[in-house]
Amino acid sequence: MSVIVQAAKSLILKEFLAAFWLTTKYFFRPKVTINYPYEKGPLSPRFRGEHALRRYPNGEERCIACKLCEAICPAQAITIEAEPRDDGSRRTTRYDIDMTKCIYCGFCQEACPVDAIVEGPNFEFAAETREELMYDKNKLLANGERWEREIAANIAADAPYR
Amino acid sequence: MPTLKIDGKDITVEAGKTVLQACEEAGISVPRFCYHERLSIAGNCRMCLVEMERSPKPIASCAMPAGEGMVIHTNTETVKKAREGVMEFLLINHPLDCPICDQGGECDLQDQAVSFGRSRNRYDENKRAVTDKNMGPLIDTTMTRCIHCMRCVRFSSELAGVDDMGALYRGENSQIVTYLDGLLDSEMSGNVIDLCPVGALTSKPYSFTARSWELTHHTSIDVMDAVGSNISVDVRGNTVMRINPVINDDVNEEWISDKTRFAYDGLTKRRLDRPYIKKKGKFVEASWSDAFVAIQRHLRGLKGSEIAAIVGDQADMESMKALKDLLAKRRSNRVECRQDSAAHDAANRAGYIMNSMIKGLDEADYVLLVGANIRCDAPVINTRILKNVKGRGLSVGVIGDTSELNFRVEDHGNDPSIITKLSNGRHAISKKLKAAKKPMIIVGDAALCRSDGAAILAELSRLAEQYCNTEDWNGFNVLHTAASRVGGLDLGLTTEGGVESILVDAEAGDLKAVILLGADEIDTSRLAKTFTVYLGTHGDAGVSRANVILPAAAYTEKSGTYANTEGRLQRTERAVPPLGDAREDWAILRALSDKLNVTLPYNNLSELRASIDFAGDLGVFTKAEWGDFGKSGDIDSTSFVGPDGRFYQSNPIARASETMAECVAVRCDTQQEATGTNG
Repeated sequence: MSVIVQAAKSLILKEFLAAFWLTTKYFFRPKVTINYPYEKGPLSPRFRGEHALRRYPNGEERCIACKLCEAICPAQAITIEAEPRDDGSRRTTRYDIDMTKCIYCGFCQEACPVDAIVEGPNFEFAAETREELMYDKNKLLANGERWEREIAANIAADAPYR
Repeated sequence: MPTLKIDGKDITVEAGKTVLQACEEAGISVPRFCYHERLSIAGNCRMCLVEMERSPKPIASCAMPAGEGMVIHTNTETVKKAREGVMEFLLINHPLDCPICDQGGECDLQDQAVSFGRSRNRYDENKRAVTDKNMGPLIDTTMTRCIHCMRCVRFSSELAGVDDMGALYRGENSQIVTYLDGLLDSEMSGNVIDLCPVGALTSKPYSFTARSWELTHHTSIDVMDAVGSNISVDVRGNTVMRINPVINDDVNEEWISDKTRFAYDGLTKRRLDRPYIKKKGKFVEASWSDAFVAIQRHLRGLKGSEIAAIVGDQADMESMKALKDLLAKRRSNRVECRQDSAAHDAANRAGYIMNSMIKGLDEADYVLLVGANIRCDAPVINTRILKNVKGRGLSVGVIGDTSELNFRVEDHGNDPSIITKLSNGRHAISKKLKAAKKPMIIVGDAALCRSDGAAILAELSRLAEQYCNTEDWNGFNVLHTAASRVGGLDLGLTTEGGVESILVDAEAGDLKAVILLGADEIDTSRLAKTFTVYLGTHGDAGVSRANVILPAAAYTEKSGTYANTEGRLQRTERAVPPLGDAREDWAILRALSDKLNVTLPYNNLSELRASIDFAGDLGVFTKAEWGDFGKSGDIDSTSFVGPDGRFYQSNPIARASETMAECVAVRCDTQQEATGTNG
């Protein structure tokens, strides 16, 4: 019996017609492709993009050199060196992220007790050389300054779920 | 021997043990903060609460003596609740600043809060804040973190011998303070860092530089003094980050001196990192082969009697052996390991080791110190004596300087000639020696580094034979100050006339070449006329007159065997690679021997070790045959010299260390203040 049904379906080109119908249907629907980079899709507040080191509103850097991000990093992309600053507080003298090693898992952000290291919404940081992807503390702090508004908004938006 | 039941398990313990110790013997761990096996019992943290049947409330197991028929439970609901309660109270005033606390990752409070605490805190008032105290350049304080276990207070009074620490005020306001602002006046102060179960007392030189989980631990041996304390060299990358003690009940228990703990920053400062050759009065950087060629050129054609070598205080046995063999190949046997001209006799091992062992101090019933400046020469042994003096009333007699000793002693004056009067049995000391079952005589460098040192040694050996030595007890002990000394004597590195004759011959021009193996404590200006090769780690006194400098590895950078003052052989572990172009000492000497066409017969460390006739196995004490040593003679009545105040800077590494220099500066300040002329 099934052989006959199969034969009949093939004879009237049922699958071909079904596919053609689908194509025709989508032809008249609004387009989903966007004109990147002039248009951009929505991003979740939890999007894990380029890293940034944040500062407190008074300008003091948040990072306290606890090295938890370095410890948790599964790709061992973070390198930190620390020593007491002149005022006796614990600060990093070096905070490097090798963006080519990073797997963008977001563990560093999870581990950070002071919300200093975050993965911001920026994903457009492609570079022409590897060296440009070895981020140091200045680069990360600059990222923080540049993206602070978006990052703060994202953290606030995600806060109720934590 | 009470028998008690712990969690359904019957266990019999020695009388006088506590419930907590009984639990430990039964294999059950009980959380604690204030209890420490080497300190007296305080019972003030209440973390060790356990349930005892027929007791209306939980008991503090650390303070409760184990009794016959006790039934203890450690895993009931009541115990769990009690521990949670105690932990919640402890955390009320403890700041949650683990991320910036150096103790984070190795903190008792952190670990036990996770294991035994509740996950929520119900306290939402303000936490208390306590001002930090100034405890000198070694100890960093964050007193807000203190949980008042009093371990530091008990340590400083019971083992460090300084009653400088204590608790002020009461209840929530109580604070741990040093009564006098500033340096804790003890060579053992660093141990309070290990004892502190939280981050209230942390290491200042180490502060904020590394986290505990980044460090790799290398078990090694300390060479700052002759005790041979077991240490853990904690390394991050290629840098030594800190040095901590390793427990060895026979040697250092779990204490180390401040010099051992904090002098590590000297390992990277003022180091010789490449060979140098002196040209026209100036050192010029050179390659290894150029340096060897320079040596070869100067040694060519020299007779054996024109070459000598002096071994420094931190040389390992392997390099000493290589040096000895190298000189023997050049027909010289003039290798001297007694830099300070101490009158040790290499022929008889019992005459230069600590025959009763360091742990013998725990059994001894009378100790006689002869010219031993024990507090600055061997602070760890000093602590061991102090523990016995305070703990079980050990009586200690001293012939020599007592100004720095921090325990009660019978002062018999500082007149060496008393020693000759002891054999007739009428002197107070001889009565004590006679009455004691296990007496110890400890003779130090102040007695032996004198012209009559050999006579003192001979007289003391006779006294030991007369009063101390029985079949299973040898009461004759030598306290060395140099880590290399016993190893050097084991290898027979002594010469007729000692260092003085080498220096005299060098001045006279009879000696054409001298090799210094890290020898820095001699007057090198007297070597001006000879060709001098310095093989060592630091740009210290030894290099000033050197013609060729060969950079060697420091004790953290090589695996070397050291014999401590007991004669116990112990081995260091290579924790970091040698700095710059430096190489291990024995390898340098082996390479040099090739150049001099007298190739040494070993190609690696194990072959070299196989060629050494070690006096025993690694890590164990080997008894030595008793025999005659010393040389009879007159004993001068000039007093023994006291401590020279150079504790913090007694070797090249410590002299290069900034931390040690700060300690000296602080010490000097306090002393000046004491005279009333400061400011």
